Amino acid sequence: MAQGERGRAASPIRVALRRRARWLHGDTALAVLVLLPSIIAVAIFIYGFIVWTGYISTVKWNSSIEDYTSVGLENWRTLFGMERFRWDLRNLVLYAAAFMSQCIIFGFLIAVLLNQKIKGEAIFRTIVIFPFAVSGVVTGVAWRWLMQPTTGINLILQRIGFTNFDFQWNADPTLGILAISLAAGWQFTGYIMALYLAGLRGISDEVREAALVDGASTYRLYRHIIIPLLMPVTFTAVVLTGMGSIRVFDLVMILAGPAFSTDTLAFHMYQATFGQYRWSLGAALGFLMIFLSLFLVVPYMRSMRGEVER
Amino acid sequence: MSLQRLWSRGAIYLVLIAFCLFYLMPFYVMFITGLKPYEDLNVTRMWELPDGIHLDGIKEAWERVAPNFKNTLVITIPAALISSLIGSMNGYIFAKWRFRGSDTIFILFLVGMFLPYQGILIPLVRTLQVFGLYGSQVGLIMVHCIFGIAITALLFRGYYAGIPNELLDAGKIDGCGFFGLYRYVLLPISMPAFAVVLLWQFTSIWNDYLIGLTVLSSPRLAPINVAVQNIAGSWSVEWNVQMSAALIAALPTIVVYLALGKLFMQGLLAGSLKG
Amino acid sequence: MKGLNRVSWLLVLVLIFSAALAACGGDKEEKVAGNLEIFSWWTSGGEVEALQAVYDIFSEKYPDVTIENAALASGQGQGGNMKALLETRMLGGEPPDSFQVHLGRELIDSHVVADRMEDLDFLYEEEGLYDVFPEDVIAIASYEGKPYSVPVNIHRSNVMWYRPSRLAEVGVTEPPATWDEFFDVAEKLKAAGIPALAIGEQGAAGGFSGHIFENILVSVMGPEKYRGLFDGSTGWDDADVTKSLEILNRAYDYANPDFANTSWGDINDRFVSDDGPAMMIMGDWTHGVLMSLGFKDYHWTVAPGTQGLFMVLSDSFGLPKNAPDRENAIAFLRVIGSKEGQDAFNPIKGSIPARTDGDRSKYDEYLNGAMDAFKTDEGVPSIQHGAAAKQSFLVDYDIALGELSTNHDVAKVQQLLVDAAKAAEFGE
Repeated sequence: MAQGERGRAASPIRVALRRRARWLHGDTALAVLVLLPSIIAVAIFIYGFIVWTGYISTVKWNSSIEDYTSVGLENWRTLFGMERFRWDLRNLVLYAAAFMSQCIIFGFLIAVLLNQKIKGEAIFRTIVIFPFAVSGVVTGVAWRWLMQPTTGINLILQRIGFTNFDFQWNADPTLGILAISLAAGWQFTGYIMALYLAGLRGISDEVREAALVDGASTYRLYRHIIIPLLMPVTFTAVVLTGMGSIRVFDLVMILAGPAFSTDTLAFHMYQATFGQYRWSLGAALGFLMIFLSLFLVVPYMRSMRGEVER
Repeated sequence: MSLQRLWSRGAIYLVLIAFCLFYLMPFYVMFITGLKPYEDLNVTRMWELPDGIHLDGIKEAWERVAPNFKNTLVITIPAALISSLIGSMNGYIFAKWRFRGSDTIFILFLVGMFLPYQGILIPLVRTLQVFGLYGSQVGLIMVHCIFGIAITALLFRGYYAGIPNELLDAGKIDGCGFFGLYRYVLLPISMPAFAVVLLWQFTSIWNDYLIGLTVLSSPRLAPINVAVQNIAGSWSVEWNVQMSAALIAALPTIVVYLALGKLFMQGLLAGSLKG
Repeated sequence: MKGLNRVSWLLVLVLIFSAALAACGGDKEEKVAGNLEIFSWWTSGGEVEALQAVYDIFSEKYPDVTIENAALASGQGQGGNMKALLETRMLGGEPPDSFQVHLGRELIDSHVVADRMEDLDFLYEEEGLYDVFPEDVIAIASYEGKPYSVPVNIHRSNVMWYRPSRLAEVGVTEPPATWDEFFDVAEKLKAAGIPALAIGEQGAAGGFSGHIFENILVSVMGPEKYRGLFDGSTGWDDADVTKSLEILNRAYDYANPDFANTSWGDINDRFVSDDGPAMMIMGDWTHGVLMSLGFKDYHWTVAPGTQGLFMVLSDSFGLPKNAPDRENAIAFLRVIGSKEGQDAFNPIKGSIPARTDGDRSKYDEYLNGAMDAFKTDEGVPSIQHGAAAKQSFLVDYDIALGELSTNHDVAKVQQLLVDAAKAAEFGE
């Protein structure tokens, strides 16, 4: 019943006729009808709204007065010229790098360890994924106190000997954004770990044994066989953490540091739109975020296409 | 066991325990701070256990967020149920009633699922206002259902794809059409999928912040995470109340996770399409 | 063939039940005659009680009106989340009956120019408010000649609170009157290991430095030039602005060392602690807070260089167009503007009434002093508290000064202020 199945030897006309017959078949029409509301909803609420946002970014609505005079790309020019925007991009890159590395490296590491047939694996696994169950806001509230320079983590470190440690964490003007990525990594690593664990479990023992028989050391086993085999998982992890980096908002609302140091695109968009009533500028930011996401989503979807059309 | 093996096994456990401490640390802090009375909130004694259980923090936090907690239940449960039903129907279609273009439509749904909501926030607010749904629970439920279309369809489609077509053929022979197959063949065996999807949707919607903040931020009706941020952002609120509020907000999803962890994992894994 | 099994039916039932609950619970459409929805960001101690005192008077007069006090304190800057919610509601044509707003440009540039507020000329006439409010205040409240909100209080921004005991530790008996004197004293304090100035700049758009900075600006420029900053006649690239930034920049050296992590709300705790700073430039709500902390070792004077000036900020309430319960809203405004209402509200809040006929006996020493000063000193509008400039400028202004507190780059920060002024279209 699948379309696009290669190797079907049938003349194009017959195939088309057969397809048409299926299309007109009552039940298929019913299926389309039932799916229609969802299609319309997605078309409007997602695709339509994205276009609408793009439109708003080209008008002059930057105050409480809803002004739809077209100004072309002026809002975009303003945006790109803003000092704050430069910080947003800088923070995006730093955050994404730190967040991705944490999740992927630690996620992979923990998954590998958990895969070593250890006792209490279920408990360890539950604990590591635990943070994923709570919201960004709860994460932020807990980490804000951990990151208070006069207490929290600094206190512990001072007690165990690093008496001069007074890192400002999220209030640090340069590294604040990295501190936020630590809280985010805490929350999300479990998810990535679960992906890697499932992936590892999917690698049959025979592959491992074959490699060991060939005399491969553990290091070479991982480097040349297992990690390449897990590339799809890594790809997924990169996409998911990348998307998370573009979107990060809840944590910034709670853990924000001084001025621009922890500003992100999402936070800037919210503040410009709802705090400064600069709707068109906010629309430009929102649209830009969509645009940036496409760089991750499109390759991901393309790789999915093969799986979907099974 | 050889000494080296013992050593490496030991190292593995050590590393895992270290990670676990890291992942539990914030919960520990939240928990003990929530149970301390105001007088004991001290920067130097933050890590110490409270002497005795003091419920003032929790009481005050509950007073502040009880309406929001209840309201979030009123929003989350229907939204999770409705979006699961919609997803089930859509997943059924995508898995078993594929027609020309249905795969493309499916991919387009998924693309929508991934995109940052900031890109549609402004039109969303205006549209809801035009229909009188802005600031209402019904409006928020509707938004969550729409945004849940893709992920629920994905999860159900995966599940239904694993059901052999012979089962459906048997139903067709018995005279079932589109709805009949769904109602009599698939629905009765969909409970495991419903469990996973309901759980996933419940957690996602409960933990939501941005949509709630944008659509329904009035103090009494706002969803729980918005309420917690209001407390955390209010300068004159004590730590123990803030932490207690966060605990209250986290409680349902934690309970659900601990009780139904396996289902949670299934949703987690299936939702990323790989693995 | 079995029918839908029991579990499925149960699911359907729960679904219907929950949907019904949601529909019943949704109280958006409940328009019972006799409601009054008031937005504010007053959620802490003295503020809530003060507002409640007004509500009590209102309820006595109108016992069958249900008051819904929608108060939201968090967000960026004071009342950030409340303002965001308000803006969206206004945009959608569903305003509350009334809302707290700072008197001046905050209201005018947000809602009056968008034609969403009713002018209150009629109310001022009926209640005789034109005679009891000072002209300066009515001027700030007005747009194109008509007032748009009723001020309930007046706060003073240019106050400096100091701890005589700490100053005495370095042999200083009088608080500094100018910024040069300030830095002399600060040097002495620094030598003794005492922070001179309290600052609480935590957060993305803290605002504490913004408060201090407006007082520096007016002390350097004088009132005329200061006012010119907001109508385009004084540029933000002026040398006096540079001088002011340099003063603020220098002040950070003498601030409490943890200023980047102390929030505005926590600064009072820092001020009263044993190793706290000697001086703090902050509005006169501080008086009420310090009293509530049981603190005694403090006194007050004007911020350095601002003698004879009264930097005004005021909380007020207006009447949105299409208010759902217009008559109740107007009644509320009457109470807020009345002698009874203001004399009930202000002593608790720690501010002075906007009316000039307040009952002096109800106000303490500081407040009586402030009322005297208000009569004699020249009024200038506060930036930080919404009187002088619009909301969007304030956010940029606060962020710029937050940048100063971290990077200490005066030129860069001044450029940020210039950009902000340009975006705010002052004088256009």
